[in-house]
Amino acid sequence: MTWFSRVGWRHLVALLAVAFSLFPILFVVSAALNPVGTLSSTELVPTGASLTNFGELFSRTAFGRWFVNSLLIAGVSAAAAVFLSALAAYAFSRMRFTGRRVGLLALLLVQMFPQFLAIVAIFLIFTTVTDLWPGIGFNTPWGLLLLYLGTALGVNTWLMKGFFDTVPRELDESATMDGATHAQIFFRIMLPLVSPILAVTGLLAFIGTINEFLIANVFLTDTGSKTLSVGMWGLVAGERNNNFGIFCAGTLLTAVPTVLVFQYLQRYIVSGLTSGAVKG
Amino acid sequence: MPTQLPGAGPGLRAPRPGRPTPARPRADRPVTLTGLVVKIVLLGLTVGIAIWAAFPLIQTRAWTGLAILALTTAGLCYLYLTRRHVPAKYLVPGTLFLIAFQVLPVLYTVSTSLTNFGDGHRGSKQEAIVAIQTASVVQVPGSAEYALAVATTGDPATGPLVFLVTDPATGAVSAGDAEGLRPLQDGAATVNSAGRVTAASGYTVLNAGQVSARGPEVAEFAVPTAGGAIRATGLSRAYEGKAMRSYDPGCDCVRDATSGRTWTADPANGSFVAADGERLAQGWRVTVGFRNFARIITDDSISGPFVRTLGWNFLFAIGSTGGTFALGLLCALALHSPRVRATNVYRVLLILPYAMPSFAMLLVWRDMFNTDFGLVNQLLGLQVDWFGQSWSARAAVILVQLWLGYPYMFLVATGALQAIPRELTEATSVDGATPWQSFRKITLPLLLVALSPLLISSFAYNFNNFNAIYLTTEGGPFPSDNPSVGATDLLITYTYRLAFGAAGAQFGFAAAISIFIFALVAVISAVSFRRTRQQEEVYS
Repeated sequence: MTWFSRVGWRHLVALLAVAFSLFPILFVVSAALNPVGTLSSTELVPTGASLTNFGELFSRTAFGRWFVNSLLIAGVSAAAAVFLSALAAYAFSRMRFTGRRVGLLALLLVQMFPQFLAIVAIFLIFTTVTDLWPGIGFNTPWGLLLLYLGTALGVNTWLMKGFFDTVPRELDESATMDGATHAQIFFRIMLPLVSPILAVTGLLAFIGTINEFLIANVFLTDTGSKTLSVGMWGLVAGERNNNFGIFCAGTLLTAVPTVLVFQYLQRYIVSGLTSGAVKG
Repeated sequence: MPTQLPGAGPGLRAPRPGRPTPARPRADRPVTLTGLVVKIVLLGLTVGIAIWAAFPLIQTRAWTGLAILALTTAGLCYLYLTRRHVPAKYLVPGTLFLIAFQVLPVLYTVSTSLTNFGDGHRGSKQEAIVAIQTASVVQVPGSAEYALAVATTGDPATGPLVFLVTDPATGAVSAGDAEGLRPLQDGAATVNSAGRVTAASGYTVLNAGQVSARGPEVAEFAVPTAGGAIRATGLSRAYEGKAMRSYDPGCDCVRDATSGRTWTADPANGSFVAADGERLAQGWRVTVGFRNFARIITDDSISGPFVRTLGWNFLFAIGSTGGTFALGLLCALALHSPRVRATNVYRVLLILPYAMPSFAMLLVWRDMFNTDFGLVNQLLGLQVDWFGQSWSARAAVILVQLWLGYPYMFLVATGALQAIPRELTEATSVDGATPWQSFRKITLPLLLVALSPLLISSFAYNFNNFNAIYLTTEGGPFPSDNPSVGATDLLITYTYRLAFGAAGAQFGFAAAISIFIFALVAVISAVSFRRTRQQEEVYS
């Protein structure tokens, strides 16, 4: 076999994909560094290097607050979602009980309801909640967090269940023989073995939450309680062309936590199974 | 909530024939100390939260809510203290959230779809009557006048309005909102020499600029009182006017005092209707049965373009899902080899589109397709109006979706590839299979088993991908003969415009359409799910 058919094509595919991935991002970087800050004056390759847009972002808006709010909501809800769906996936993968098949199917179907059309219902439900418990009502991160946990099962559980199924049953059977309880099997044996999928679903949940716009837009109306997506939407809802530079600066900063989370989790994604106990 | 207590109960797993079953008696299993502590702490926390949540319920006498709360808490305590029902211990935590914040809104939407809920039909009949009376208020000689300060309990720009009015005769300050007028306690408000409130505890008083920014809202705002309502004249004065229209229970109608016209209640439609068919704008909410669903089929402006939109909707969903999966899988396969150096660098760069906030990038893409100063025309040296023609607009939104979605497919395909033992593909190459054969016969089937539920839900997601259309083309371009439905409209953006658009909110109708779309997607997914189920039994 030639070098190209073994390795070379892989680099070619990857390079083309990287180019496709990067050119819009390069455009955003160029717009963020563009001192004029308008759409019409922005080109693909940066024409200037000025931090004016970043400065204005912090001086003219409550960007810092939005950033903290988003990190809190996305971080906590991603962690909780991973834990909740890992519990459910363990049950679906390792136990046999009545309603297992129906439960799996129901999970898949219920999340297909176009949730944003249920926004009216969510709004009315949380109007009552705000009256009763203002601490978890509108304009609080906790209410939004609870709402996001409603979608924690669903697709995550499916992804994890598929992964749990690939871990040999012999491992937990022998642990049962040695006297381990089901909880010990879950925490000591299963969770370490499936850490790659925990990392992947955690990342997906984090990104999904930080990008969520529609519900958050209804939920958070006070300037101080907004998340990044809601706050930045306000930047370009009115004036598009003039705020484009500031908007792109905000877009870049919004991407920073996601990139960091990915970097942090990548070790688990890559090392994961290959070094785990499955091989022996 | 996890448990670490012993109890590999009978539900854990049916013993397989021919294998030794765990024979140790249950009582033999040790109770781990950490497990016990964690369980007690978490259950205590649950009970604590339940008690915290119970007080407001008791205060407002919401006994049904209290009963549900008590039963849920008791059920949780039972579940984690008993050794039985092991699967439930793992399933209940997520399911509780699912029921409260996903299933409940869906059920609420179903019940809404059977009503005429929407603008003009929001509340009860009594509220509609109050609204009619309040709207008909006019200033008559002798109307009481007040000094007015406009305030809010929330954000100055968006929070709910409150009128703080000072009675010039007595100097008493009252706060009025849509519920009515109630006096403020002495000392709760600071009043200036002109009698206007300048500050009040619990309220944010708007300054002149903020009030005039919300001018139309302030002019519409009315505080109902016994004989009429308090309305603003200008920004700093208010009057208590007399209602010209009033409800007469004798004829179940609304009568106008000056013209003598009457509007009789129509309980089937929730409106007051005059003899000549004129309806009052303020109606109330009634159950209309399946009329909303019938309207989807019988209303020509809705059923007419339905089939064409449905066709494009399928094309968009299949194109987006298939395209992202193919590209994502190709990249995952290319990098799934120990021979490739710098895979980590490639991975990080490939994943970048996924790390960018998608709603922001949709807006950026829209600007890149701009005819005059968009990047695409700039790079290609063209002057094409991409969103101006049907097929270029459709190709553009699918391309945008491909860019946004393929890193996700790359991620999950990478994860699934890592889960396939390398021995399998190594064995096929020892047996003389070509790489393509081993991919086609071994890797791809195994991948599809793991990923087909994801592909189905990705299809369902894209089928209703509101943002992808709304933030880029807004459904356009629109044909000149039918401005209500555009070439890139999905069913969901199309209904959104019909239901929440310029004609005013029609929540009942919107709910009916969303159930219609849901049924469509659910059937398609259920059918494809049955197919994957057969696969799963073959390979697992």
